[in-house]
Amino acid sequence: MYVAVKGGETAIRNAHRLLAERRRGDRSVPALTVDQILEQLTLAVDRVMSEGSLYDRRLAALAIKQARGDLIEAIFLVRAYRTTLPRFGASLPIETSRMLVERRISATFKDLPGGQLLGPTFDYTHRLLDPDLAEDREPEPAETADPPEDRAIPRVTDLLGRDGLIEPDGGATEEAPGDLTRGPLAFPAGRDLRLQALARGDEGFLLALGYSTQRGYARTHPFAAEIRLGEVAIEIAVPGLDFPVAIGRIQVTECQMVNQFRGSAEAPPQFTRGYGLVFGHCERKAMAMALCDRALRARELGEDLTAPAQDEEFVLSHADNVQATGFVEHLKLPHYVDFQAELELLRRLRAEFDERRADDASDEREAAE
Amino acid sequence: MSAPAVPAAYNFAYLDEQTKRMIRRAILKAVAIPGYQVPFASREMPMPYGWGTGGVQVTAAIIGADDVLKVIDQGADDTTNAVSIRAFFAKTAGVATTTRTADATIIQTRHRIPETALKAGQILVFQVPIPEPLRFLEPRETETRTMHALEEYGLMHVKLYEDIARHGHIATTYAYPVKVEGRYVMDPSPIPKFDNPKLGDSPALQLFGAGREKRIYAIPPHTRVESLDFEDHPFEVQRFAEPCGLCGATGAYLDEVILDDRGNRLFVCSDTDFCEERRRAGHCGAKAAAMEPTS
Repeated sequence: MYVAVKGGETAIRNAHRLLAERRRGDRSVPALTVDQILEQLTLAVDRVMSEGSLYDRRLAALAIKQARGDLIEAIFLVRAYRTTLPRFGASLPIETSRMLVERRISATFKDLPGGQLLGPTFDYTHRLLDPDLAEDREPEPAETADPPEDRAIPRVTDLLGRDGLIEPDGGATEEAPGDLTRGPLAFPAGRDLRLQALARGDEGFLLALGYSTQRGYARTHPFAAEIRLGEVAIEIAVPGLDFPVAIGRIQVTECQMVNQFRGSAEAPPQFTRGYGLVFGHCERKAMAMALCDRALRARELGEDLTAPAQDEEFVLSHADNVQATGFVEHLKLPHYVDFQAELELLRRLRAEFDERRADDASDEREAAE
Repeated sequence: MSAPAVPAAYNFAYLDEQTKRMIRRAILKAVAIPGYQVPFASREMPMPYGWGTGGVQVTAAIIGADDVLKVIDQGADDTTNAVSIRAFFAKTAGVATTTRTADATIIQTRHRIPETALKAGQILVFQVPIPEPLRFLEPRETETRTMHALEEYGLMHVKLYEDIARHGHIATTYAYPVKVEGRYVMDPSPIPKFDNPKLGDSPALQLFGAGREKRIYAIPPHTRVESLDFEDHPFEVQRFAEPCGLCGATGAYLDEVILDDRGNRLFVCSDTDFCEERRRAGHCGAKAAAMEPTS
């Protein structure tokens, strides 16, 4: 029996009610609070915050709750809110050498000014499931010391730069940095826009691309010169004041990759840079971003363009998971009209095919007789 | 219908006025250069990319308090996404909505052009997934923009020719490329090629919005629009062997509804408003009596 596709409105309303019910789950289990997500699922919160590109942990936690733990859906919620916010201006470049570091490691020097500081890391844990956690047993309190205020820790790349062994990083320009959320992205894109796209880009996508460069698809010989995690001050220039005004602090993860470069007739042999910077604690993302940034500089550095990770249009057009998930999932929307058009053509082609075959068969029969 | 109150937290029709102005500028440029894809600073919208964010932004930028909005998806007013977008504007702009093509001032559509001829003063807003007609021949934006600039469309003709060589027909059945006012080759969005003849010389303004791809383009009223073809393989539209089962219309685009697993099927108008109007006027299809919707 044919029933017209009526009642979309009621169907949508009912679906939303069921979604809310599923989100809540078994009502005999206490509801998850935003504070619990904020305090105990911090790395999920940080991923949503960085790929949502809005520094607000509480909103990110709320989005995770609302999205039933689907992080890309949560990122989408944050993005759709962010887009409605007014822009007051741009901050001054953050100074990561003045970061209050919670973690700082270098893979290129055994010891260095400022030292190696492991901080909270999974790196040397054994990945054995911990039954104690299932029983809500409280962990032993960790001893922490407040980092000394205003203790500048020089960046490894600055130390290399002093000897001219690494290319300069260009420094800050007078030009306002581009913003791909306020203007359409055109190619070739400047490094500012590329880095913005990578910082907002999907961790999984960048991870796979970064990994591909390590496996020979645009090999860049990377060294993790430094990874640091900590808080930096956000400063703005206020017209009429001749000093910058700090308006708050944010936590960021920074990764500086040092990569090989032979040099040329004009340029002395020097290391080159790949850079990653992400809101919150997102170390894997920062490292993958630095690998991708370096690979995308291939044209600028006169390298052969052979691999996907070097292809700016390919990488930047597909790094955004909100765009990607939208277009992939839109295949769920009705396509009856287009499908009907294909069906009609296919039936016609089939009819012609069958006709031809029948003709051929009768020709053969005639020839045989 | 009484207009629901506009929520205080968002501007009229959701987008802020600065964004609307930016989009209107892109629309004006698009109207000035028919068929040319104008890049615009597409915003993130509260519905997913692929769900019509481009069309929604265009509609939000042009809609006024006294507009009457119709939204269709696959020709139907009551498919879920059409319902959702109509509800979005009813909520954020408080505008009147309609399902009647003749009563609407703005019609947002996905994949169809209404059967009822449009009038001067009406605006048809298309939701576009991939605005670049050359995209599947050349994936790079830098290349395709150059090809448009140089009016270098040979590749498209080669593709159509290869179809003929392989299948005996041009095998493009929807999103069939057109040339606008003798200059730009344009993707009409995934409408069936059945609808292509309605694009040309229309008294209505036709606007195309692609949100994810950040492009807007337009066909101003009474513009020449030709579907690409060859002299010996002229463009032709789909024809259906039987009339609409509900209203008896011939020459309308039909959806195929599978009735059971024994091969019984029903062909009905994809344009639900057109079909209902005809039935109200007393037209009756062969299967109308048996197939009245139960709701």
